[in-house]
Amino acid sequence: MSELCDLTATELAERLRAGEVSSAEIVESCLRRADAVDDRVEAFLTRTQDVARQQAVVADERIAAGDAPAVTGIPIALKDVLTTRGIRTTCGSRILESYVPPYDSTAWARLRASDAVLLGKTNCDEFAMGSSNENSAFGPVHNPWDLDTVPGGSSGGSAAAVAAGEAVWALGTDTGGSVRQPASLCGVVGLKPTYGLISRYGLIAFASSLDTVGTFTRSVRDAATLLSTLGGRDPMDATSLDEEPRDHTAALTGDVAGLRVGVVREAFGEGVQPGVRASVQAAIDRLADLGASVGEASLPHTDYALSAYYLIAPSEASSNLARYDGVRYGLRVEGGDSVEMMSRTRGAGFGPEVKRRIMLGTYSLSAGYYEAYYGQAQKVRTLIIRDYERAFTDFDVLVSPTSPTTAFRIGERADDPLAMYLSDVFTIPANLSGMPAISIPSGLDEAGLPVGVQLTAPILGEAILLRAADALERAIGFDAVPRLVRDLGGS
Amino acid sequence: MPVQIDIEHVARLARLDLTDEEKRRLAAQLGAILEHAAKVGEVATADVPPTASAIPRANVLRPDEPRPSLSADEALANAPATADERFLVPRIVEIE
Repeated sequence: MSELCDLTATELAERLRAGEVSSAEIVESCLRRADAVDDRVEAFLTRTQDVARQQAVVADERIAAGDAPAVTGIPIALKDVLTTRGIRTTCGSRILESYVPPYDSTAWARLRASDAVLLGKTNCDEFAMGSSNENSAFGPVHNPWDLDTVPGGSSGGSAAAVAAGEAVWALGTDTGGSVRQPASLCGVVGLKPTYGLISRYGLIAFASSLDTVGTFTRSVRDAATLLSTLGGRDPMDATSLDEEPRDHTAALTGDVAGLRVGVVREAFGEGVQPGVRASVQAAIDRLADLGASVGEASLPHTDYALSAYYLIAPSEASSNLARYDGVRYGLRVEGGDSVEMMSRTRGAGFGPEVKRRIMLGTYSLSAGYYEAYYGQAQKVRTLIIRDYERAFTDFDVLVSPTSPTTAFRIGERADDPLAMYLSDVFTIPANLSGMPAISIPSGLDEAGLPVGVQLTAPILGEAILLRAADALERAIGFDAVPRLVRDLGGS
Repeated sequence: MPVQIDIEHVARLARLDLTDEEKRRLAAQLGAILEHAAKVGEVATADVPPTASAIPRANVLRPDEPRPSLSADEALANAPATADERFLVPRIVEIE
C-alpha cells in the first residue's frame, strides 16, 4: 500500500523539498482516493478539484523557488463551518445550503498564504452540534473502519477523510469534543489547542466561549506543524490570545523522563467499555516505561461538566443562531410580516438537533429561569477550572480515555439525545476550562475499532502536551489501517 | 422529575415555527435533558463566582484605521431579496 495520500504531511514535505515528488502528484493521489471511496464514506460536502489543481501548480513553483513553508503543497480538507471566500460553506445546514462567503476564515487565510492546497469542505453535524455526524442535513458520514458505524462528530467528515486517505490532514472545530472524539473513533490524531490560540474569525459561531479550531492529522508532529501555521494573535478576533506564532515542532524532543502524569480517576468509571479501558491503561503503562511518573489525579466535578455544558453551549447557540433570520443570507420562507417570515424560515431551515438546542438555550436564558440554569452552569464552570488548577499543581499532563466507547452503529443513539451527549463526557471539561487537549490512537478494541487516549495540559501548555503525545505516539507505534483502505489493495 | 416547559412560549421567544409533532417530542426531550442539567444546582453555591469565559479578555481594540471592506454587491450577494442596494424585508411599519 502506502499511496502518497496515506503518508504523513511531514514525510510528504521532506519528499517535496527533496524534489522526489510534486504537490500535483500528491493532490492527484488524494483525488483518486476520494473518487474511490467517498461515495461510501461521504466525508465531503463540496469537493474543489479544480481549485486544488491550480493551487498545486503554484505550490510546486514556490517549492522549486526554495522559500516554501512546511505546509506548502500539502492538500487539506476543511470542515464546512470555516468560511472560504467564493466556495460554498453550509455548516451542514439547509438554512445555509447555498451560502457563498465573501471572506476567508483566518485559519484558511493563513494556510492559503502558505500555499496549502484545498481539497474541499467536509461534512459535519449541523452547526457543529452533535457527536455522530448524523445531524448533518446532507446525510451521515461513514467511519472508514466500519462503514456501518459513525465517525463521531461533529467534525466527522474531516476525521473520516484523513483516516481514509482522502486528505493528508484536515481542520475541524471543537466546542465540546468535536475534534478529539471523531479523531478517537477514526484512529487519527485530533488536537484542540488552548482557547483563543487559533483565531475564530470565519468560524461560523456555535458557542463562542467554547469554539476552538482544531486539527486532524496522522501524527503529533503533523499537528504541531499545522498549529505553527495557524496559531497566534489575530486582530479580527477579540478573543484571540496575544501570542506570537511559533514553531511548535521544537517541543518534540521525545523525552518524557520525569514528566508528572495524572490519571483522571473519574474517567475510568461505569460506562467506559472494557476495550477502551484496557487500551488506555496500556498507553499509560507505556508512559511509565518511558520514565514518566504516573499518579492518580482527580477532577471531582467531572459529573457536573456535562450538565453545565448542555446549558452553556445551547444558551450561547440560541443567541448566535438568531442571525439566521432570512434577511441577509441563507434560506427565506415568506410570511405575512417579518416575525412570521423569520419563524417560518427558521422552522424550515434548522434540523431537529439545532432546534432542540435553540429551545434549550432560549429556555435557559429566559426570564425566571436564567439564574437556576445558565447562572448556575457558569458557577460550575468555575468549579471545573478550579479542579484542573488543583490537579496541575501536582501533574504536568492529565490522561483519560477520549470517549467512553469506540465507534457506535449509525442510528443506535439517534433517538436518545442524553445517551448521545455522554460521548463527550471526557472531552467537555477542556472546553469549559479552555485548556489544550489531544487525542491520539492507543490501539484497537476487540472489534477492530480504534481507541483514543486523551492528554490535557494547562492553558498554553502546548509544548508539554505535544511533547508527551509525540513520545507516547512513538512508543505505541499505532500502524493499523482501516478496512476500507486495506480492501483497496494496491489501488 | 422531568421539567415541565411552556413550549409555545419558548418557541415564540426563539422565533421558531414548530409542528405539533415537534412540540410534543421537544417537550419530552427537553424535560429529560433539563432534569439532568438541573444537577448544576447541587454544587453551584452562593460563594462560587460565575465564569463566562475561561480566558477573559477586556477592551481588546485594534487601531481605528480606514481600510477596504466588502462592497455593497458582495455584502448583498447572499441575501434572499434586495432592492436599491438594500436588504428587502416584509413591511415592518404601517404607512397611513
